[in-house]
Amino acid sequence: MVSRLFPLTLQDVAVRRQGKRIIGPIDMVLDPSGPTMVIGPNGSGKTTLLRVMHGIERISAGSATWAAPDSSKHAFVFQSPIVMRRSVVENLAYPLRLVKTPAAQIKETVDYWLDRIGLTPVQNSPATRLSGGERQKLAIARALVRKPDVLFLDEPCANLDGRATHEIETLLQEIAEAGTHLVMATHDMGQARRLAHDLVFMLDGKIHETGPAATKFSTPETQALAAFLRGDIVT
Amino acid sequence: MKRLLTAVTLLLWAQTASADEMRMAVTTSFDNSGLADVLLPAIKADVDLDVRLLVVGTGQALRLGEAGDVDAVLVHSKAAEEKFVAEGHGTHRREIMYNDFVFVGPNADPAEIAGATSAADAVQRIEGVKASFVSRGDDSGTHKAEKKIWAGAGLDSAAFGDWYRPVGAGMGAALNTAAGMNAYILADRASWLNFGNKADLALLYSGDPALFNQYALLPVNPDKNANIRNDLAMKLEGWLTSPRAAELINGYKINGQPLFVFNATP
Amino acid sequence: MVDIWEGLSAAFWLIVQFDTELWEISLRSLRVTLTALVIASVIAIPLGTYLAVQRFRYRRFTISLINALMGLPPVVVGLVVYILLSRSGPFGVLNLLFTPTAMIIAQVIIITPVIASIAHQSMRELWAEYHDLLISLNTSKWQRITTLVRDGRRNLLTAALAGFGRAIGEVGAIMIVGGNIDHVTRVLTTAIALETGKGDFALALGLGFVLIGLAIVVNLAIHTLSRTEREGQW
Repeated sequence: MVSRLFPLTLQDVAVRRQGKRIIGPIDMVLDPSGPTMVIGPNGSGKTTLLRVMHGIERISAGSATWAAPDSSKHAFVFQSPIVMRRSVVENLAYPLRLVKTPAAQIKETVDYWLDRIGLTPVQNSPATRLSGGERQKLAIARALVRKPDVLFLDEPCANLDGRATHEIETLLQEIAEAGTHLVMATHDMGQARRLAHDLVFMLDGKIHETGPAATKFSTPETQALAAFLRGDIVT
Repeated sequence: MKRLLTAVTLLLWAQTASADEMRMAVTTSFDNSGLADVLLPAIKADVDLDVRLLVVGTGQALRLGEAGDVDAVLVHSKAAEEKFVAEGHGTHRREIMYNDFVFVGPNADPAEIAGATSAADAVQRIEGVKASFVSRGDDSGTHKAEKKIWAGAGLDSAAFGDWYRPVGAGMGAALNTAAGMNAYILADRASWLNFGNKADLALLYSGDPALFNQYALLPVNPDKNANIRNDLAMKLEGWLTSPRAAELINGYKINGQPLFVFNATP
Repeated sequence: MVDIWEGLSAAFWLIVQFDTELWEISLRSLRVTLTALVIASVIAIPLGTYLAVQRFRYRRFTISLINALMGLPPVVVGLVVYILLSRSGPFGVLNLLFTPTAMIIAQVIIITPVIASIAHQSMRELWAEYHDLLISLNTSKWQRITTLVRDGRRNLLTAALAGFGRAIGEVGAIMIVGGNIDHVTRVLTTAIALETGKGDFALALGLGFVLIGLAIVVNLAIHTLSRTEREGQW
């Protein structure tokens, strides 16, 4: 199950913007065997950590190294889905067109995903007319058309209602079972419990506690994680 | 896209087709007279020559000749023309015809120039009551003629007050300004007769020989560049000084009034 | 006093009588302006987009320069092009002065900064929207530019139409470099200037209304085309 890309080693990583520390210093080795949930209070640096891992955030210090660096093997789903001003079909086809995929193969892949996320009936409408849940499903499917080994998701259900959240969680579980690694930030503890295999708890730009979800939820090591899991305000 | 490309191609192609075609810079007053519309088709019919007119002020017409961008110049400002030839920009100066300048002003004629005895008297009367006067102010042939008349009357137009308005514009635009301000103005007769926006203006004084306006043709010196068609300029000169041209020029009338007097010497 | 109605009726009669001279100068106006528009768009749209996606040392300066060039008086452009194309100037041997090509050159210089500036504005917004996605997908610089141009094409159309509007109504520059020669370089705007000079306000206004009508027709045509294209695509 574990992708050859892993482990990902973060060494003394820090990100600073205009002299202000966003995250860091962070030292961790990520070599998960199931979905990894990144939790923590707002502003603790979850998004920035994911972006560093994906390689789209400039690092001010330290290094982030994949065992087998291949950026085409990971994809990213942003918190507010970036929907291109094109049809649903063309949104899905876009990552494949970038790498000059043959037309027949594009059609096959796109049709498969349209069916999977239930957007076949609206495939030719402008994607900008989709609802929030449909947009997020589209963004996830678009991230998956190139068959990545790792999928980063930054609070993909943050602005969605229960039904859309459920649909997306089901989709993510299926993907995870099919062998794609999920590294996902979430502020929804229920979601974290439902999906997590491993847990990363961030606090104040640092990794405060990390380990298998099974033990971390029941017996947190630190006061802060215990308080956070109880629903207390942690800073 | 394809159609546009075709259009561009056609357009480029159209320019290379220039058999017997020459360019002549002329003054606005000549073009405004409407005489060109009579002469150009006749030239085309008689000697198979397409004359392309660049209608500009005298100053710009002479500059175009200096730069060698036209093959001939037809203007009306003797001193400037002689300087042009003396400096080697033109091969020679050939007088073709003359028309005359007229004083135009408000119907009420506050300066009473209708009763003037000469052009100099007319401008003295205007200056005497400080009546509004629009000047071309663009160093054109008409402007130069106007300055000469002020000077001839012993007046310095540079020292005038607010009533004297140099507008720095062509004949038509200056006439429009005069119509708007109900002011006096010196215009060539042809432009005045053809002018469509007369408003409350009327022709008040004309006839003094000092107001005669001589047009001359200046073929541009072909040594300037290889594209200058001196042969065509000479062909045009031959036609413009012919009896056929004399007949058309003397016979050209607006509202029954003749405008030009042919005076080329054979 | 000539009033607007006389102009409108002059325009009406010119059109219903299918005046051949009017057709000739209208078509020339269109031909010159559309050619200039295509050339200027080919330069300005990639340039505006490049300035949106790429940071480089003189980027701010380049943007300021383009914005400043937008305010360039057409007469100055005309004069410079005249001096360059004059037979006594550096490109005199091409013998382009007083031809439609000279008018196209002047218009390209006038409208390229306009299109580039508006294109840059809208491409910058689209780039802010797409930035994370395109970086995440590991796109090349060229792919970024083509993606932005494709998805922002309706905004770019607006930019191009702004350029068209400025070019079709321009008179100062093309008067100088074209010379307003009958049957060669006379276009609607120079004809309007000519008729105004003759004091024939009705005809000048009539031509002005024809010009406005032409601009409206072109705008509508382009918008209609872009709409059908969009429906086919989406």
